[in-house]
Amino acid sequence: MTQSASEIWLIIAAMAVGTFLIRFSFLGLVGDRKLPDWVLRHLRYTPVAVMPALIAPLILWPTATGGQPDAARLLAAAVTLIVGMVTKNVLLAIPAGAITLFGTLYLLG
Amino acid sequence: MVVVPFAVLFGVVGTEAGLNITEVMGFSVLVIAGASQFAALQLMVDNAPTLIVVATALAVNMRMAMYSASITPHLGAAPLWKRALIAYLLVDQSYAVAMNRYEQAPELSVAQRCAYFFGTMTPIAPMWYAMTLFGALVGQEIPPEYALDFAVPITFLALIAPALRTLAHVAAALVSVILGLALAFLPYNGGLMIAAVVAMMVGAQVELWMERRRG
Repeated sequence: MTQSASEIWLIIAAMAVGTFLIRFSFLGLVGDRKLPDWVLRHLRYTPVAVMPALIAPLILWPTATGGQPDAARLLAAAVTLIVGMVTKNVLLAIPAGAITLFGTLYLLG
Repeated sequence: MVVVPFAVLFGVVGTEAGLNITEVMGFSVLVIAGASQFAALQLMVDNAPTLIVVATALAVNMRMAMYSASITPHLGAAPLWKRALIAYLLVDQSYAVAMNRYEQAPELSVAQRCAYFFGTMTPIAPMWYAMTLFGALVGQEIPPEYALDFAVPITFLALIAPALRTLAHVAAALVSVILGLALAFLPYNGGLMIAAVVAMMVGAQVELWMERRRG
Protein backbone atom coordinates (compact mmCIF):
# COMPACT_ATOMS: atom_id res chain seq x y z
CA MET A 1 0.00 0.00 0.00
CA THR A 2 1.59 3.29 -1.08
CA GLN A 3 -1.28 5.73 -0.43
CA SER A 4 -0.57 8.73 1.77
CA ALA A 5 -2.66 9.37 4.87
CA SER A 6 -4.61 12.08 3.06
CA GLU A 7 -5.39 9.74 0.14
CA ILE A 8 -6.57 7.08 2.59
CA TRP A 9 -8.87 9.56 4.32
CA LEU A 10 -10.12 10.81 0.96
CA ILE A 11 -11.09 7.21 0.09
CA ILE A 12 -12.80 6.73 3.48
CA ALA A 13 -14.69 10.03 3.15
CA ALA A 14 -15.80 9.39 -0.44
CA MET A 15 -16.95 5.87 0.42
CA ALA A 16 -18.76 7.11 3.53
CA VAL A 17 -20.62 9.88 1.67
CA GLY A 18 -21.31 7.72 -1.40
CA THR A 19 -22.57 4.76 0.63
CA PHE A 20 -24.76 7.00 2.76
CA LEU A 21 -26.27 8.61 -0.34
CA ILE A 22 -27.01 5.16 -1.83
CA ARG A 23 -28.79 4.15 1.40
CA PHE A 24 -30.52 7.52 1.78
CA SER A 25 -31.54 7.64 -1.91
CA PHE A 26 -35.17 6.57 -1.60
CA LEU A 27 -35.63 7.07 2.16
CA GLY A 28 -34.60 10.70 1.99
CA LEU A 29 -34.41 11.96 -1.56
CA VAL A 30 -36.69 10.13 -3.98
CA GLY A 31 -39.41 9.07 -1.55
CA ASP A 32 -42.01 6.36 -1.98
CA ARG A 33 -41.62 5.52 -5.63
CA LYS A 34 -40.98 2.15 -7.19
CA LEU A 35 -37.78 1.47 -9.06
CA PRO A 36 -38.37 0.48 -12.68
CA ASP A 37 -38.16 -3.28 -13.25
CA TRP A 38 -35.10 -3.04 -15.48
CA VAL A 39 -33.16 -1.15 -12.79
CA LEU A 40 -34.10 -3.69 -10.11
CA ARG A 41 -33.16 -6.49 -12.47
CA HIS A 42 -29.62 -5.05 -12.81
CA LEU A 43 -29.17 -4.11 -9.13
CA ARG A 44 -29.98 -7.69 -8.11
CA TYR A 45 -26.75 -8.84 -9.75
CA THR A 46 -24.31 -6.17 -8.52
CA PRO A 47 -22.68 -8.31 -5.78
CA VAL A 48 -22.19 -11.40 -7.97
CA ALA A 49 -21.01 -9.19 -10.85
CA VAL A 50 -18.39 -7.17 -8.94
CA MET A 51 -16.87 -9.53 -6.38
CA PRO A 52 -15.89 -12.47 -8.65
CA ALA A 53 -13.99 -10.19 -11.07
CA LEU A 54 -12.15 -8.66 -8.12
CA ILE A 55 -10.98 -11.94 -6.61
CA ALA A 56 -10.49 -14.20 -9.66
CA PRO A 57 -7.03 -12.79 -10.46
CA LEU A 58 -6.08 -12.93 -6.77
CA ILE A 59 -6.96 -16.62 -6.63
CA LEU A 60 -5.27 -17.60 -9.88
CA TRP A 61 -2.24 -15.31 -9.60
CA PRO A 62 -1.65 -14.62 -5.88
CA THR A 63 0.76 -11.78 -5.06
CA ALA A 64 2.25 -13.82 -2.21
CA THR A 65 3.69 -16.35 -4.69
CA GLY A 66 4.85 -13.70 -7.15
CA GLY A 67 1.82 -14.33 -9.36
CA GLN A 68 2.40 -18.07 -9.78
CA PRO A 69 -0.71 -20.29 -9.43
CA ASP A 70 -0.46 -22.08 -6.11
CA ALA A 71 -2.00 -25.48 -5.21
CA ALA A 72 -2.83 -24.56 -1.61
CA ARG A 73 -4.68 -21.37 -2.57
CA LEU A 74 -6.55 -22.99 -5.47
CA LEU A 75 -7.64 -25.86 -3.24
CA ALA A 76 -8.71 -23.47 -0.47
CA ALA A 77 -10.75 -21.45 -2.97
CA ALA A 78 -12.46 -24.58 -4.31
CA VAL A 79 -13.31 -25.82 -0.79
CA THR A 80 -14.69 -22.40 0.24
CA LEU A 81 -16.89 -22.20 -2.86
CA ILE A 82 -18.21 -25.76 -2.52
CA VAL A 83 -18.89 -25.52 1.23
CA GLY A 84 -20.58 -22.15 0.69
CA MET A 85 -22.78 -23.45 -2.12
CA VAL A 86 -23.75 -26.67 -0.32
CA THR A 87 -24.34 -25.29 3.19
CA LYS A 88 -25.35 -21.72 2.18
CA ASN A 89 -23.51 -20.78 5.35
CA VAL A 90 -20.84 -18.07 5.10
CA LEU A 91 -19.57 -18.82 8.59
CA LEU A 92 -18.82 -22.45 7.69
CA ALA A 93 -17.32 -21.63 4.31
CA ILE A 94 -14.67 -19.20 5.64
CA PRO A 95 -13.17 -21.55 8.27
CA ALA A 96 -13.36 -24.46 5.79
CA GLY A 97 -11.31 -22.44 3.30
CA ALA A 98 -8.90 -21.16 5.94
CA ILE A 99 -8.27 -24.63 7.38
CA THR A 100 -7.70 -26.00 3.86
CA LEU A 101 -5.23 -23.19 3.10
CA PHE A 102 -3.21 -23.47 6.31
CA GLY A 103 -3.43 -27.30 6.30
CA THR A 104 -2.19 -27.58 2.72
CA LEU A 105 0.55 -24.96 3.22
CA TYR A 106 1.69 -26.90 6.31
CA LEU A 107 1.64 -30.31 4.57
CA LEU A 108 3.44 -29.00 1.48
CA GLY A 109 6.01 -27.41 3.78
CA MET B 1 -23.86 -12.40 15.16
CA VAL B 2 -22.61 -12.81 11.62
CA VAL B 3 -20.82 -9.48 11.89
CA VAL B 4 -18.29 -10.58 14.52
CA PRO B 5 -15.91 -12.60 12.29
CA PHE B 6 -16.17 -10.05 9.46
CA ALA B 7 -15.40 -7.17 11.77
CA VAL B 8 -12.43 -8.95 13.35
CA LEU B 9 -11.17 -10.01 9.92
CA PHE B 10 -11.43 -6.47 8.57
CA GLY B 11 -9.49 -5.16 11.54
CA VAL B 12 -6.78 -7.79 11.11
CA VAL B 13 -6.49 -7.50 7.32
CA GLY B 14 -6.66 -3.70 7.46
CA THR B 15 -3.73 -3.36 9.83
CA GLU B 16 -1.80 -6.09 8.00
CA ALA B 17 -2.30 -4.09 4.79
CA GLY B 18 -0.72 -1.06 6.40
CA LEU B 19 -3.59 1.03 7.76
CA ASN B 20 -3.31 2.44 11.26
CA ILE B 21 -6.02 1.82 13.85
CA THR B 22 -7.73 5.19 13.30
CA GLU B 23 -7.98 4.54 9.56
CA VAL B 24 -9.33 1.02 10.09
CA MET B 25 -11.92 2.39 12.52
CA GLY B 26 -12.71 5.21 10.06
CA PHE B 27 -13.80 2.60 7.54
CA SER B 28 -15.94 0.58 9.95
CA VAL B 29 -17.59 3.56 11.66
CA LEU B 30 -18.10 5.92 8.70
CA VAL B 31 -18.72 3.46 5.86
CA ILE B 32 -20.19 0.54 7.86
CA ALA B 33 -20.45 -1.81 4.84
CA GLY B 34 -18.16 -4.84 5.16
CA ALA B 35 -17.92 -6.17 1.61
CA SER B 36 -17.13 -2.73 0.16
CA GLN B 37 -14.50 -2.15 2.87
CA PHE B 38 -12.74 -5.41 1.93
CA ALA B 39 -12.97 -4.51 -1.77
CA ALA B 40 -11.45 -1.07 -1.15
CA LEU B 41 -8.71 -2.54 1.02
CA GLN B 42 -7.74 -5.06 -1.66
CA LEU B 43 -7.56 -2.40 -4.36
CA MET B 44 -5.55 -0.09 -2.08
CA VAL B 45 -3.05 -2.92 -1.55
CA ASP B 46 -2.87 -3.26 -5.35
CA ASN B 47 -2.19 0.50 -5.49
CA ALA B 48 -5.21 1.15 -7.70
CA PRO B 49 -6.05 4.84 -8.31
CA THR B 50 -8.31 6.48 -5.71
CA LEU B 51 -11.14 6.88 -8.21
CA ILE B 52 -11.14 3.14 -9.04
CA VAL B 53 -11.06 2.20 -5.34
CA VAL B 54 -14.08 4.39 -4.57
CA ALA B 55 -16.03 3.43 -7.72
CA THR B 56 -15.57 -0.30 -7.07
CA ALA B 57 -16.50 -0.02 -3.42
CA LEU B 58 -19.65 1.94 -4.27
CA ALA B 59 -20.52 -0.60 -6.99
CA VAL B 60 -20.45 -3.31 -4.31
CA ASN B 61 -22.88 -1.18 -2.26
CA MET B 62 -25.30 -0.41 -5.11
CA ARG B 63 -27.57 -3.22 -3.91
CA MET B 64 -28.44 -0.96 -0.97
CA ALA B 65 -30.35 1.36 -3.33
CA MET B 66 -32.67 -1.61 -3.75
CA TYR B 67 -33.02 -1.89 0.04
CA SER B 68 -33.67 1.83 0.34
CA ALA B 69 -36.39 1.70 -2.31
CA SER B 70 -38.19 -1.30 -0.85
CA ILE B 71 -38.11 -0.14 2.78
CA THR B 72 -39.34 3.40 2.00
CA PRO B 73 -43.06 2.46 1.81
CA HIS B 74 -42.75 1.35 5.48
CA LEU B 75 -40.57 4.18 6.84
CA GLY B 76 -41.01 7.07 4.40
CA ALA B 77 -43.36 8.95 6.79
CA ALA B 78 -40.78 9.06 9.62
CA PRO B 79 -39.07 12.36 10.58
CA LEU B 80 -36.04 13.27 8.47
CA TRP B 81 -33.49 12.74 11.26
CA LYS B 82 -34.81 9.23 11.85
CA ARG B 83 -34.70 8.43 8.14
CA ALA B 84 -31.12 9.72 7.97
CA LEU B 85 -30.11 7.55 10.93
CA ILE B 86 -31.90 4.55 9.39
CA ALA B 87 -30.04 5.16 6.12
CA TYR B 88 -26.70 5.14 7.95
CA LEU B 89 -27.67 1.83 9.62
CA LEU B 90 -29.23 0.21 6.52
CA VAL B 91 -27.09 -2.94 6.23
CA ASP B 92 -27.88 -6.44 4.93
CA GLN B 93 -28.91 -7.76 8.36
CA SER B 94 -31.09 -4.86 9.53
CA TYR B 95 -32.82 -4.69 6.15
CA ALA B 96 -33.64 -8.40 6.09
CA VAL B 97 -34.86 -8.56 9.71
CA ALA B 98 -36.89 -5.33 9.58
CA MET B 99 -38.57 -6.07 6.22
CA ASN B 100 -39.58 -9.48 7.51
CA ARG B 101 -41.19 -7.87 10.57
CA TYR B 102 -42.97 -5.11 8.59
CA GLU B 103 -44.52 -7.64 6.23
CA GLN B 104 -45.73 -9.81 9.11
CA ALA B 105 -47.09 -6.90 11.16
CA PRO B 106 -48.59 -4.25 8.85
CA GLU B 107 -50.52 -2.74 11.79
CA LEU B 108 -47.33 -1.25 13.34
CA SER B 109 -47.18 2.55 13.47
CA VAL B 110 -44.32 4.38 11.79
CA ALA B 111 -42.81 5.16 15.22
CA GLN B 112 -42.98 1.47 16.17
CA ARG B 113 -41.36 0.48 12.87
CA CYS B 114 -38.50 2.94 13.50
CA ALA B 115 -38.10 1.62 17.04
CA TYR B 116 -37.97 -1.95 15.70
CA PHE B 117 -35.34 -0.98 13.12
CA PHE B 118 -33.12 0.73 15.70
CA GLY B 119 -33.65 -2.27 17.97
CA THR B 120 -32.22 -4.62 15.34
CA MET B 121 -29.09 -2.47 15.06
CA THR B 122 -28.55 -1.83 18.78
CA PRO B 123 -26.53 -5.02 19.23
CA ILE B 124 -25.08 -5.11 15.68
CA ALA B 125 -23.52 -1.66 15.18
CA PRO B 126 -21.54 -1.43 18.49
CA MET B 127 -20.41 -5.03 17.95
CA TRP B 128 -19.20 -4.12 14.46
CA TYR B 129 -17.12 -1.19 15.78
CA ALA B 130 -15.77 -3.05 18.81
CA MET B 131 -14.80 -6.20 16.93
CA THR B 132 -13.09 -4.16 14.20
CA LEU B 133 -11.02 -2.51 16.92
CA PHE B 134 -10.26 -5.91 18.45
CA GLY B 135 -9.17 -7.22 15.03
CA ALA B 136 -6.99 -4.17 14.41
CA LEU B 137 -5.23 -4.63 17.77
CA VAL B 138 -4.71 -8.34 17.04
CA GLY B 139 -3.56 -7.58 13.49
CA GLN B 140 -0.70 -5.47 14.78
CA GLU B 141 0.65 -8.56 16.54
CA ILE B 142 0.34 -11.02 13.63
CA PRO B 143 3.39 -11.45 11.38
CA PRO B 144 2.52 -11.22 7.67
CA GLU B 145 3.64 -14.76 6.76
CA TYR B 146 0.31 -16.15 7.97
CA ALA B 147 -1.13 -16.07 4.42
CA LEU B 148 -3.52 -13.25 5.33
CA ASP B 149 -3.23 -12.11 1.73
CA PHE B 150 -5.79 -14.79 1.03
CA ALA B 151 -8.34 -13.62 3.62
CA VAL B 152 -10.13 -11.33 1.15
CA PRO B 153 -10.54 -13.93 -1.64
CA ILE B 154 -11.78 -16.53 0.88
CA THR B 155 -14.23 -14.08 2.46
CA PHE B 156 -15.65 -12.98 -0.88
CA LEU B 157 -15.95 -16.55 -2.14
CA ALA B 158 -17.85 -17.46 1.03
CA LEU B 159 -20.16 -14.46 0.52
CA ILE B 160 -20.78 -15.16 -3.16
CA ALA B 161 -21.31 -18.94 -2.96
CA PRO B 162 -24.68 -18.82 -1.14
CA ALA B 163 -25.80 -16.04 -3.51
CA LEU B 164 -25.52 -18.34 -6.53
CA ARG B 165 -29.19 -19.26 -6.22
CA THR B 166 -30.35 -19.07 -9.81
CA LEU B 167 -28.96 -19.65 -13.30
CA ALA B 168 -28.85 -15.85 -13.73
CA HIS B 169 -26.67 -15.39 -10.65
CA VAL B 170 -24.34 -18.19 -11.80
CA ALA B 171 -24.12 -16.73 -15.32
CA ALA B 172 -23.31 -13.26 -13.96
CA ALA B 173 -20.61 -14.66 -11.67
CA LEU B 174 -19.05 -16.74 -14.48
CA VAL B 175 -18.92 -13.78 -16.87
CA SER B 176 -17.44 -11.70 -14.06
CA VAL B 177 -14.67 -14.27 -13.47
CA ILE B 178 -13.87 -14.76 -17.17
CA LEU B 179 -13.74 -11.05 -18.01
CA GLY B 180 -11.98 -10.24 -14.72
CA LEU B 181 -9.18 -12.61 -15.73
CA ALA B 182 -9.15 -11.79 -19.46
CA LEU B 183 -9.03 -8.03 -18.85
CA ALA B 184 -6.65 -8.14 -15.86
CA PHE B 185 -3.94 -6.65 -18.09
CA LEU B 186 -5.83 -3.33 -18.44
CA PRO B 187 -4.30 -0.46 -16.42
CA TYR B 188 -5.98 1.07 -13.36
CA ASN B 189 -8.06 -2.08 -12.73
CA GLY B 190 -10.26 -0.95 -15.63
CA GLY B 191 -10.99 -4.59 -16.45
CA LEU B 192 -12.81 -4.96 -13.14
CA MET B 193 -15.30 -2.21 -14.03
CA ILE B 194 -15.95 -3.60 -17.53
CA ALA B 195 -16.33 -7.13 -16.14
CA ALA B 196 -18.79 -5.95 -13.48
CA VAL B 197 -20.99 -3.99 -15.90
CA VAL B 198 -21.12 -6.77 -18.50
CA ALA B 199 -21.75 -9.43 -15.83
CA MET B 200 -24.62 -7.39 -14.39
CA MET B 201 -26.19 -7.09 -17.85
CA VAL B 202 -25.75 -10.81 -18.47
CA GLY B 203 -27.48 -11.58 -15.16
CA ALA B 204 -30.41 -9.33 -16.05
CA GLN B 205 -30.73 -10.81 -19.55
CA VAL B 206 -30.59 -14.41 -18.31
CA GLU B 207 -33.29 -13.56 -15.77
CA LEU B 208 -35.51 -12.17 -18.55
CA TRP B 209 -34.84 -15.22 -20.69
CA MET B 210 -35.76 -17.56 -17.81
CA GLU B 211 -38.99 -15.65 -17.22
CA ARG B 212 -39.95 -15.93 -20.89
CA ARG B 213 -39.23 -19.65 -20.90
CA ARG B 214 -41.42 -20.15 -17.85
CA GLY B 215 -43.95 -18.24 -19.89
